[in-house]
Amino acid sequence: MKRPRRAFGLLALLAVLALIAAACSSSSEETTTTAAPAESTTTVAAPAGEGFTFGMILVGPENDHGWSQAHFEAGKYLEEKTGAKMISLDSVNPADRPETSVEQVVDDMVDQGAGLIFATSDDMKDGIEAAAAAHPDIPMIWSSGDSAWAEGEGYKADLTNLGNVMGRMYYGKMIAGCAAAMTSETGKIAYLGPLINDETRRLASSVYLGAQQCWETAGKDPADLNMEVNWIGFWFNIPGVTLDPTEVTNGFYDGGADVVISGIDTTEALVVAGQRAAAGESVWAIPYDFVGACSEAPEVCLGVPYFNWGPTYLGVLNSVLDGSYTAQFQWVGPDWADMNNPDTSMIGWVSGDALADDAAAAVDVFIAGLGDGSINPFVGPLNYQDGTPFLADGETGNDQQLWYMKQLLEGMEGASSAG
Amino acid sequence: MTRVRAAVPTLVALALALAVGVALLLVVGAPPLETFRLLVEGSFGSASKISATLLAWSPLLLASAGLVVTFAAGLWNIGVEGQVIMGGIAATWVARTVPGPGWVLIPLMVLAGAVGGLLWAVFAGVLKTHGNVHEIFGGLGLDFVAAGLATYLVIGPWKRAGVASTSGTDIFRPEAWMPEFQAFGVGWPVIPVILGLLSVLVVWMLLRGTLFGLRLKAVGSNPYSSFLLGIPTNRYMLGAFAIGGALAGIAGTVQVAAFHHKLVPAISGGYGFLGILVVLLAGFSAVWIAPIALFFVGISVGSTQLDLQLGLDSAFGGVLQGIIVLFVMFGGAWSVRRASGRLTPQEEP
Repeated sequence: MKRPRRAFGLLALLAVLALIAAACSSSSEETTTTAAPAESTTTVAAPAGEGFTFGMILVGPENDHGWSQAHFEAGKYLEEKTGAKMISLDSVNPADRPETSVEQVVDDMVDQGAGLIFATSDDMKDGIEAAAAAHPDIPMIWSSGDSAWAEGEGYKADLTNLGNVMGRMYYGKMIAGCAAAMTSETGKIAYLGPLINDETRRLASSVYLGAQQCWETAGKDPADLNMEVNWIGFWFNIPGVTLDPTEVTNGFYDGGADVVISGIDTTEALVVAGQRAAAGESVWAIPYDFVGACSEAPEVCLGVPYFNWGPTYLGVLNSVLDGSYTAQFQWVGPDWADMNNPDTSMIGWVSGDALADDAAAAVDVFIAGLGDGSINPFVGPLNYQDGTPFLADGETGNDQQLWYMKQLLEGMEGASSAG
Repeated sequence: MTRVRAAVPTLVALALALAVGVALLLVVGAPPLETFRLLVEGSFGSASKISATLLAWSPLLLASAGLVVTFAAGLWNIGVEGQVIMGGIAATWVARTVPGPGWVLIPLMVLAGAVGGLLWAVFAGVLKTHGNVHEIFGGLGLDFVAAGLATYLVIGPWKRAGVASTSGTDIFRPEAWMPEFQAFGVGWPVIPVILGLLSVLVVWMLLRGTLFGLRLKAVGSNPYSSFLLGIPTNRYMLGAFAIGGALAGIAGTVQVAAFHHKLVPAISGGYGFLGILVVLLAGFSAVWIAPIALFFVGISVGSTQLDLQLGLDSAFGGVLQGIIVLFVMFGGAWSVRRASGRLTPQEEP
């Protein structure tokens, strides 16, 4: 059969190049081989976890300087503390791994001997619940979920092997809001949001409350503080599917905001701020999730609220090792005695190089107030965005009210749900 | 004998591709033998692995079979990806709106998927036959529109309560899940595999044993002569689009009903584009689609193990697929050139 050979060859070449390019772009993330547990059997007695394997499923790249890396580092912390071995798989989401489901990954990990599985994304809800039902004898943790919370809306009483771990990041976000408000010259701050759900509304609102608190403490007019929220649609950029966080951040700065607080898993906001500052603009950013996130542009980084999953995950692993594991819902706060203690504090805050001394002092006062309870911005009267009451006058928000925030707060600009 | 000889360039190309793959592995410091062992074990090493591979095989078969038809008509149907997505969207719509038991719902979802893919393909076809828009550009444009529509539906009208995320819609109710056949301790995707194999069989018979197929191939070889000979060229081209689109749309149904059990923006899984490579590698013949597609999804499914067990980025699987296609294409071009080189000197003086 005769065919248009030249067009055919060209097309074939294009298709192949596209395939290779696609493959290479995702392979540009450098992969680190999981460190084998210490082989120095001569010096130390075998730790409790020697011979035990746990699985760590990450939604994004393990070196994203954000959410996923924080979990990956926690896995390494567990290896170091117990001698257990981690098997991990990153970028587990339908866009990056179209032929792989969370259930299949769990099956694989169990096949390889994993006796505990961490599924570390809100996005893995359906998959990890199905996997927990399929492997009722394997303890599993769905991080940021509410499936084990008897008082929660998503409680799954029958999944007795599936626990939840989450940090009380609203503290970290309030501190971030305070740092933003103490730095902003224009009074316009902006929040780069991921997708919209209870968790992300909670965290965006926390930034606003923290900013308001410090702004007013500094004696400024509340009417002069504005906060805009824009959502990209997922936890990180997926070209063609989400909004591009780089563009959204640029849009914020173009619109007059001078501090952007990131709520997404990756560091685009900070990178953009660094570029614009290099061009002479007075802009700053606050990244999220990972203790080392400021390193991509320290000169514009006001600080980072981060998760330190290690200690809590260690508690889970130890309970599995000694046979006392039960599926619990754990919502863990900072260790106020030392927020940055890697062995005790779930939520940390590191002030960045760009945070001025007076602002840093105000942030420290705010942190101290949160720690001793003298400051609590989650006290009514507080209204939702549409004016309906969130907390009545004098009412202190309880865990259910904080976890299941149905809207952003009154005064915030941006969508509370999809339009 | 000629058959054996014809296979030589392909075999040489495969060997070269393998050699390049090994060289790449050595460069990144991965053990080649272990890598290939993990690829095989990760795709065919256990009952559950074989089941996962078959589940990925089915939509690729459907998309590839559809492409054989459009290629036979001389059409560069680059819009398969969009047709798969529209099939997935249509099937999701049925799953979300139609009540009733599974035996009603599943056939309706397959039908809806076929219609969704068909309409989208015919759209590209009409743009070509009546709007003079080349099908590559029409198809590619419609791919983006379909992907945008899926994302819009997931984050908009079909969003989960209280959530706005591109993550995916709510999980379908169990009746809208394609039932699996339980054996050897795992569920087997029997319906998707049957749909996939059936599509290959139908396409093979269509092109080999029917007048329609014969005329379609005539249109593909030389549309102008065919037209002069009285074949309604446009109608045949649209027919090819319709068949190709319907099969691609059923691939979309398989993706939502048998794999994700919900609609996600990346519902096509890239099988539309991968299907083009499969068909190129199969030399446009329906016969070779099944083994080649199996080989390709085997690499895709198995490559997860590279990451999990070797710390090697699983994108290596995609690189290997690309290298193979590239070398086989070069092999084909080389043998054509050699054949024509043998002829021309004798003819020229």
